[in-house]
Amino acid sequence: MKQAVDYKLKLGYRMRKSYISYVMMTPFLVAFLFFTVLPVLAAVLLSFTDFNMLQLPQITGFDNYKRLFLEDEVFLTAVKNTMILTFVNGPIGYLVAFLLAWLINEMPNKARVIITFIFYAPSISGNVYFIWKFLFSGDAYGFINGFLMRMGFINEPVLWLTNVGTAMVVVILVQFWTSLGASFLAFIAGFQSVDRSQYEAAAIDGVRNRFGELWYVTIPNMKPMLLFGAVMLIANTFSVGAVTDELTGGHMSIQASTLTIVNHMTDYGSVRYEMGYASAIAVILFLLVYFSKRLIFRLLRW
Amino acid sequence: MAKKINHSILGTVILGLVLLLFGTFMALPMIYAVGSAFKPLEEIFLFPPRLLPQNPTFGNFKQMQDLLSNLWVPFERYLFNSIFVSLASTGLYLVIATLAAYPLAKHSFPGKNWIREIITIALMFTASVTGVVQYLLMSMVGMINTYASVILPSLANTMGVFLCIQYLSTLPDSMLEAGKVDGAGEFRIFARLVLPNIRPVLFTVLIFQFQAAWNMAPGGVVYSEELKTLPLVLSQIATAGISRAGVGSAAALVMMLPPIIVFIISQSKVMETMAHSGIKE
Repeated sequence: MKQAVDYKLKLGYRMRKSYISYVMMTPFLVAFLFFTVLPVLAAVLLSFTDFNMLQLPQITGFDNYKRLFLEDEVFLTAVKNTMILTFVNGPIGYLVAFLLAWLINEMPNKARVIITFIFYAPSISGNVYFIWKFLFSGDAYGFINGFLMRMGFINEPVLWLTNVGTAMVVVILVQFWTSLGASFLAFIAGFQSVDRSQYEAAAIDGVRNRFGELWYVTIPNMKPMLLFGAVMLIANTFSVGAVTDELTGGHMSIQASTLTIVNHMTDYGSVRYEMGYASAIAVILFLLVYFSKRLIFRLLRW
Repeated sequence: MAKKINHSILGTVILGLVLLLFGTFMALPMIYAVGSAFKPLEEIFLFPPRLLPQNPTFGNFKQMQDLLSNLWVPFERYLFNSIFVSLASTGLYLVIATLAAYPLAKHSFPGKNWIREIITIALMFTASVTGVVQYLLMSMVGMINTYASVILPSLANTMGVFLCIQYLSTLPDSMLEAGKVDGAGEFRIFARLVLPNIRPVLFTVLIFQFQAAWNMAPGGVVYSEELKTLPLVLSQIATAGISRAGVGSAAALVMMLPPIIVFIISQSKVMETMAHSGIKE
């Protein structure tokens, strides 16, 4: 008991002593609390209610969650689509980004700057993925159709964005195109920060080629960047929504073929104003994101 | 001279070819956009389609302006909004992110590890995940349809704070101790010793934040035309299908240029920062 009081006193003292640290953090923490922490907490609370933004929320217990998993087949489709995107653009996208960064690192100095720019430019130019709509246009004037027809691969234009079979493929490609992003830059920087003398030491120890270098020297040195890349990637793959909205109409896509969890949430939150239900979807999304991070960190702790 | 690891020329060529393949895929939309932006309408409907225009024209840019100017708001107003919102967001964020990162990296105080842990987790909660409830909270405090509803949420971004903390952790404590011995207050140390020594990360946060702010298209938080930014209106152009490919491409060029210019200027600094971006367990 006495110890607890002591600790409290000490805590109060330590907090007072470092008040300036709190002052410095306050502006950011206020924004962070209001726009990130509070929405997350509010979503958890609202997910147990029925709330249309006009009347007060009605507590309904687990009804929203029951509805999600037992009645809402469209939601299960959204989960399935998001999982497909996550599995393809997650591990595969991660490997490709890593291999690309490695390839770029193997190139001569001047080429490296230009190639880095070409690969990173799509991520910084943001919303211009609507260009893909013109490239994949379903008529013969679309560049992809025109090219494939001239080469003789297809005889008539393919409706890339409205075919259930092809829409998802296009979304996966475009999502990869826009999301190399920060993790890719971290990988490239990571490659360049490996101490050169370690490669010489490896050569003496008998490493003979690029792959040996990569496996025995580079990867162990880059572990922190690899974790950072994984975090960024989880963030990207679970929040896919804008790309599907733009290319295939998101929640209005044919047979919900490219509907993602974010699309479904926006549909209920911003279109139908069923805030309780939208919040429950958000909570599922938070949990998916959080546990994927735990899982991936465990996997990467080789 | 130590033994060198064998980097064969053939290997470099093969790796280069793989890069070329991916590079073509990455660059295709950009090349298409640059080409189509200067194509007259009749060339959009050429079969087979070509990448580059035969008779380049500026018509698409003019048409974009006309399409986006409605009775109340000229095109320039959207442009102004975009620039204003991006600069305000970037400027404010640089200040509050560095101010928060300094104590989180260099001071010790109760709650520090908690806050750092929460910030790392929040890296994954992007705006599109929290967006719907964010909208609800903003409407409760009457913030909807103001510049603030566009700018303020972008200040809660954790990526910049995270990068600043990682970079600041690499600065030697002795450097900051020297300031304390001289009797300088924390804010003075921050302005005189910390800021000048973290310039690379400042540039990096600048490009990330500017790019994010420039591309923000928050759904529903502004409905007055006077407050809308370019991304909100430009993507409407593309909804009309292939006949708008020329105008759409012109719009894409307008959207792409500012972030790309900022990136080219700050590129080397960005690389220096990303080398410290790693997450240590």
